[in-house]
Amino acid sequence: MSLLDEIGNELGKDRLPACHVGDTVRVHYLIKEGDKERVQIFMGTILAIQGRGIAKSIVVRRIVQGEGVERIFPLHGPRVKDVEITRRGKVRRARLYYLRDRVGKQTRVQELVGEKARRHKAIEEAGHAQAARTENTAAAEAADENADPEPAAVEV
Amino acid sequence: MTLILGRKEGMTQLFREDGSHVGVTVVAAGPCTVTQVRTSDKDGYDAVQLGFFDVPEKRVNKPQGGHFKKAGSLPKRLLREERLSKPAELSIGDQVTVQAFELGQLVDVIGTSKGRGFAGTIKRHGFSRGLKTHGCMNYRAPGSIGASAYPARVFKGKRMAGHLGAKRQTIKNLEIVRIDTDRNLLFIKGAVPGARGSFVQVQGAKTGVKTKGGGK
Repeated sequence: MSLLDEIGNELGKDRLPACHVGDTVRVHYLIKEGDKERVQIFMGTILAIQGRGIAKSIVVRRIVQGEGVERIFPLHGPRVKDVEITRRGKVRRARLYYLRDRVGKQTRVQELVGEKARRHKAIEEAGHAQAARTENTAAAEAADENADPEPAAVEV
Repeated sequence: MTLILGRKEGMTQLFREDGSHVGVTVVAAGPCTVTQVRTSDKDGYDAVQLGFFDVPEKRVNKPQGGHFKKAGSLPKRLLREERLSKPAELSIGDQVTVQAFELGQLVDVIGTSKGRGFAGTIKRHGFSRGLKTHGCMNYRAPGSIGASAYPARVFKGKRMAGHLGAKRQTIKNLEIVRIDTDRNLLFIKGAVPGARGSFVQVQGAKTGVKTKGGGK
């Protein structure tokens, strides 16, 4: 492991949410209003995952009053308290920028069901159970391996 | 002013306490050994010479080897002097570590920029390019380089294509965001010259004013 990765591991969070592109998520984001702090929830679809290590971030898009809103959340940022995954998306792209050109019902991403979804869920739950950082990276790697090949079993 | 020598490890990002993130360069700095102390009596000026990065003895020639032997230190790859206005407080054999710096301090970083080879005027001097279409033939050409009959020559210093980069460069007033004393690392806000693994000098800022609380 390179020195920079090592530093990132030390300074970053121990566990990251097992979110993927296309998932619908609720991001708990700490905002400051004067002296008060409160958690705001931003719910939307993950368009892209950018960066790696401590610089990893997600682009979340939602439609507010007919206007598209995109926010970028650094996953390791101390203000990002939690990323809840409410719905798994079935997507075939790493970046869903085509959603920007769509309106209404077309902006929906098909839900991921079946074997793959169960696997993702299992990985996430395993991640919750394991607090240790090293085990988590192993789980994340396992998740990558599972996500990589597009098996024939996708037809549900 | 403080000086330390180091190697650029690469760039990453850190989070400040308020949650904002900041791009930093990680420099593995020191520990540097004082290999020579210059005094105004003997050398005409006051300075300390620092050595950094051990090399095997066979990598240095005899005069250099003698110099290191006199200093009682292992041979070093890089030697740099820090000019002082008063007689040096350090003596030969002393170590300079990242502890010489403090959080939020502004520093100047000197390194050798990445070599770009023979570069055109656009990359080298920021000239504008011509049109890509509409039959334009002048795409990246420099344009006119002067008048004709008078002065009948090209002025000296006219900016033209040529070698770019691989040159000593100073970036001033960069903030120290984090210090890792265990691994001798300095986290410096922003970019510093050179490729990963290249040597840099980090010294207290010449002009900058130290800010409290990390610049914010």
